[in-house]
Amino acid sequence: MLLKTKRVNIIGPGRVNLMFMNSVVLVGVLLTAIPFIYMITASFRQQGELYSLPVTIMPREWHGHNYVKLFGDTNFVIWYGNTIFTAGLRTALGVYFAALAGAAFAKYEFRFKRFFFFLVLATLTLPFQVLLVPLFLMMRDFGWVDTYWAVIVPGIVVAFNIFLMRQYIESVPDELMDAARIDGASEFGIFHRIILPLVRPALGVVAILTFVNTWNDFLWPLIVLHDDTKYLLSIGIATMDGPYDVEIGAIMAASFLSTLPILIVFILMQRQIIAGLTQGAIRG
Amino acid sequence: MSASILTTREKAQHLSVSDWWSRNQRKVIPYIFLAPFLISFLVFTVYPAGAAFFLSFQRVRGFISPAEGGGVVLEYKGLDNYERLLTKDKRFRTAIINGAEFAIGTVLIQMPIALGMALLMNAPHIRFKVLARLAFFAPYITSAIVVGWIFTLIFQDRYGLLNAALSMFGIEGVGWLTNKAFVMPALIILGLWTWCGYNSLFFLAGLQNVPDDLKEAARIDGASTVRVFWHITIPFLRPVFVFVVITGLIGSFSLFSQPYLLFDSGAGPGDSGLFPVMYLFFMGFENFRMGYASAIGYLLTAIILLITGLQLLLFRLWRV
Repeated sequence: MLLKTKRVNIIGPGRVNLMFMNSVVLVGVLLTAIPFIYMITASFRQQGELYSLPVTIMPREWHGHNYVKLFGDTNFVIWYGNTIFTAGLRTALGVYFAALAGAAFAKYEFRFKRFFFFLVLATLTLPFQVLLVPLFLMMRDFGWVDTYWAVIVPGIVVAFNIFLMRQYIESVPDELMDAARIDGASEFGIFHRIILPLVRPALGVVAILTFVNTWNDFLWPLIVLHDDTKYLLSIGIATMDGPYDVEIGAIMAASFLSTLPILIVFILMQRQIIAGLTQGAIRG
Repeated sequence: MSASILTTREKAQHLSVSDWWSRNQRKVIPYIFLAPFLISFLVFTVYPAGAAFFLSFQRVRGFISPAEGGGVVLEYKGLDNYERLLTKDKRFRTAIINGAEFAIGTVLIQMPIALGMALLMNAPHIRFKVLARLAFFAPYITSAIVVGWIFTLIFQDRYGLLNAALSMFGIEGVGWLTNKAFVMPALIILGLWTWCGYNSLFFLAGLQNVPDDLKEAARIDGASTVRVFWHITIPFLRPVFVFVVITGLIGSFSLFSQPYLLFDSGAGPGDSGLFPVMYLFFMGFENFRMGYASAIGYLLTAIILLITGLQLLLFRLWRV
């Protein structure tokens, strides 16, 4: 008890100080939130209000016609479906493959292990953009342009995810795996019935990060998808002002609706996601 | 009769295979586990990296029509592409300089603010911690395209939110996206909004990793807050600094989506919003100069590796 009061005296800031610090944090939060709020309110504004004075954050009148236009005149719903499909498939396969490789590095001894792990680290440092041109030529040779193969397959195994999975799987007790072996379990059985259930929280984190990355990916889909009905949300929203002649309000509506699921998932799982992401960086 | 012999033999074979499998499973399985990674690494990384290297010494001479099978006709040009990029190409130089300016702006402005925010969030009795964590991470997971669209509105000359806010303080607005001189500050502001909070979360995680008893012991020994911060907290944050600085630098040179959107699929007034990856994209996929684009890719990789190496060296020297 004594120690506790003393501690507060040493490091506890004064009341004025604390109020100042709290308001700085609050200002930071506000500055971060304003563009989001502006996006949402802009999507409910009447045509032309965004190009008139005075500039306000709140609409003068709330209108829903941007949403009507978005659903009526554009392929927004199709893009949404395309994005859910590709991001979902890529996430499911990607997480599974990353977990397999992570398990190999964390729990098995084999020849060239160090070399293979070096390969994983090497892909982390190679910027993806170098590969853009030859990868596109390859997709064309495969006949994959304008198909989702091109979006899903090339980036399916993410080195960073292998790295994360390896770290998590290392914490699975060896004794548990050995006990299963004595009971006659196969190595695949051990992977599916012991390793995967034990690292489920980590799988969730890796899955969400992969999903968000695919959801937001722009440059690569822009290169391999040219047909409007094949578009993903990012390309659809980026090019919406062209063929559809929609106003910025409708673009804001599309932006809001496309960001919503990501934000909701993140709000629900923020603690795990941030911990998962930052863990690697602290360890160095 | 013969049928039964066959089945016994099959059974024996089957038995020996499964026998071998049960004995050697543990030796073979890691390679099977690694197979998806290795295959995708060979097909989608090693091969294209080699192809890009080969392409970077070529020039596209023409295209074969799809009716005749499609493809490109290439011509070997030696080091021409590299020579041109390094000595003659002013646009490439602009792109690299813009990348460097953005990187420096990002590190010098973003880093102290992010660290400051993290220190605040780590202080005892601070409110809004959960709210702040949520808010600071949100821009990072928002699509760059969405961010680009929001900021085209915010950066407008007459009707933009930023200029309106400035005028409240009596400052006259500027053409953030139309005036060459303000394009880089505008991009840095956008970067600040997108990544500052995200980076502060990394610093926060690092700060929470600093052992409290160490700090307390130093304080009991009479060390001032500043000294504790400088000699205990900062050294513990070293890996976070490494991570944040290096990812920030790499990100600066690979910036694409945000400027591409802000400048309407262009590079901004007088190429003031041109970044290396954008230039690669324009050359490769709009002008179809694929050899040239590949050379840009390799030079960019060289620059990024050089900077990363230098950073790691610098951080290695910084051992307290």
